[in-house]
Amino acid sequence: MGMNLYQLFLAPYVEFDFMRRALVGITALALSGAPVGVFLMLRRMSLTGDAMAHAILPGAALGYLAAGFSLPAMTLGGLAAGVIVATLAGLVARLSVLKEDASLAAFYLISLALGVAIISMKGSAVDLFHVLFGNVLALDDQVLLLLAAVTTATLVIMSVIYRPLVMECVDPGFLKSVSGMGSTVHLAFLGLAVLNLVAGFSALGTLLAVGMMMLPAATARLWTADITWLILLAIFFGMVAGYGGLTLSYHLDAGIPSGPAIILAAGGAYIASLFLGRQGGWVWRLLPGRHLRG
Amino acid sequence: MNAIHLDNMTLGYDRHPAVHHLSGHFARGSLTAIVGPNGAGKSTLLKGIAGALKPLEGSLRLQERARLAYLPQSADIDQSFPISVYDLVAMGLWSRRGLFGRIGSSHRIAAAIEAVGLGGFEARVIGTLSGGQMQRALFARLLLQDADIMLLDEPFTAIDSKTTSDLLALVQRWHDEQRTVIAVLHDLETVRLHFPDTLLIAREAVSWGATGDVLTPSNLLKARRMIEAFDNGASPCSRAA
Repeated sequence: MGMNLYQLFLAPYVEFDFMRRALVGITALALSGAPVGVFLMLRRMSLTGDAMAHAILPGAALGYLAAGFSLPAMTLGGLAAGVIVATLAGLVARLSVLKEDASLAAFYLISLALGVAIISMKGSAVDLFHVLFGNVLALDDQVLLLLAAVTTATLVIMSVIYRPLVMECVDPGFLKSVSGMGSTVHLAFLGLAVLNLVAGFSALGTLLAVGMMMLPAATARLWTADITWLILLAIFFGMVAGYGGLTLSYHLDAGIPSGPAIILAAGGAYIASLFLGRQGGWVWRLLPGRHLRG
Repeated sequence: MNAIHLDNMTLGYDRHPAVHHLSGHFARGSLTAIVGPNGAGKSTLLKGIAGALKPLEGSLRLQERARLAYLPQSADIDQSFPISVYDLVAMGLWSRRGLFGRIGSSHRIAAAIEAVGLGGFEARVIGTLSGGQMQRALFARLLLQDADIMLLDEPFTAIDSKTTSDLLALVQRWHDEQRTVIAVLHDLETVRLHFPDTLLIAREAVSWGATGDVLTPSNLLKARRMIEAFDNGASPCSRAA
C-alpha cells in the first residue's frame, strides 16, 4: 500500500469541498449535541431523546410533501412535530395509566410509520433513505448556517441554564424550594433537545441524529464521574467519531454511507470504552490491583 | 414575635386532607419537634410550611422577608449524578449567587464542609458517600442557605449515632443563633433531650407546647387512637371553616 499519512488523514479534506463541509457540520453537531446528550443520559431520558428523534419524522415529511426537499420547510415541520410529541407524551403519561416510557414508545412507533408513509406517497426510495439516514456529504450553505445557529444557541442557552439544570437533575426538590425556575429550565432543555435533533436530522437523518447525542455521552461516562469532564469528553468523542467516520467512509471502497460510518465510529469508541473505561471498564475489573492504603 | 402563624389551616392532596384545621404559631427563634404516628401528616405539614403545598383551607403566614430552608427526606436526591460534595454544598449559595455569580473560591463553602465534619471530602462524588456523610453534606448546604426558618424532615432517620449527635449540635447552634427550627422526628428520646417545644399531630393537633407537657403517655395514646379511627370513606368535613 503506497498510502502515506497525508493521503490517509488530510487529503480527503484538502481535496474535496464536500468533505470539508461535512467535517464542519459534524463538528458543530458534536459541539452542541454532546452536552445535550450528557444531560439526557444523566436524567435517564436517553429513550426520550430517541423517541423525540422519531417524532420529528412526520413533521419533516409533511414539510417535504409541501415543498419537496426544502430545508426550511422540513426543519420547521420537524421542530413543530418534535415539540408536539414531547408535550403529548408528557400529557399522556400524566393523564393515563401508562408510564412515560411506554407512551413514548407508542408515539415513536406511530411517528416513524406515519413519516415513512407520507414520504413514500410522493418521493423515491432515495429520498426516503436520505430522510432516515441523512446525507452528510451534501451539506449546502443553508444547512451549515442552520447547524452553526443551533450550535451557538445551544451553547449560549446551556451556559445560562447550567446551574439550575444541574440542580434540577440532582435535587429537584431543593431547586423548587429555592427557585421557581425548575419547570422553565426543564422546558428550555427539552427545547434544546428537539432543536439539536432537528439539526442532526439534516446531516444524519431521523434514525441516526440521536446517535451523535447519546453515544458520545455514554462513552464519556465510562471514563469520568465529573460533570465538567463528562461534557468536555463527550464533545471530544463526538468530534473524533465525526472525523473518524468521515475519513473511514471516504477510504472504504465498499461504500459505507458517511452517516452510518460516523455513528459506527462513535459506537466503536463506546464498545472499546466498555472494556477500557476507567469507570467500571471490564478490563480493569479483571485485573484487580492492590487496594489503596487508607 | 411569630415566625410562622397558622390559622385553621388544612393541607392535603386531591381534596383528601392530611392535616386538619391547624391553628397556632411557631415563635421566632423557637426549636420545635413535630411528632406523631405514621400517616399523621407530619411531612405534609412541613411541605405546607415550605410552600410546596397550598392549603386547601385556612391560611399560613410567615414573618416578613423570611429566608426559608427546607430539607426533605433524602430519597429525592439522585445520588448517581456525577457531582462533587463541594458543588452539592455550593448549591446552598443559590439565592445569593443565582445563575452567574462567582462561587469559585468561597471560604464559606469550605467552612461549611468543615463544620459538618466532611473536611477532605470536597472532591468526592456524592455517589460514594454513606447515608450519614450524605446527610452531613446536606446540612452543610443548609448552613450556606443562612435561613431564618429551617425545616427538617426526619433528618436523623437511618443515620448513625455519631452523625446524629454531630448534626444535633448544629441544630442547637442554629437555635442559639435565634433561627426558627422545625424538625419532623421519630425518636422521642431525641425530642425530649434536644427540643424545647413539640407539636404532636395525628391528622390534627393533639397537643402543642413545651415538650414535657406534650409528650405525656395519655397524649401519645390519644394520637395513636386518632390515627386508628381514621375513616377512608369520609364525607366532606362539616366543621366550620
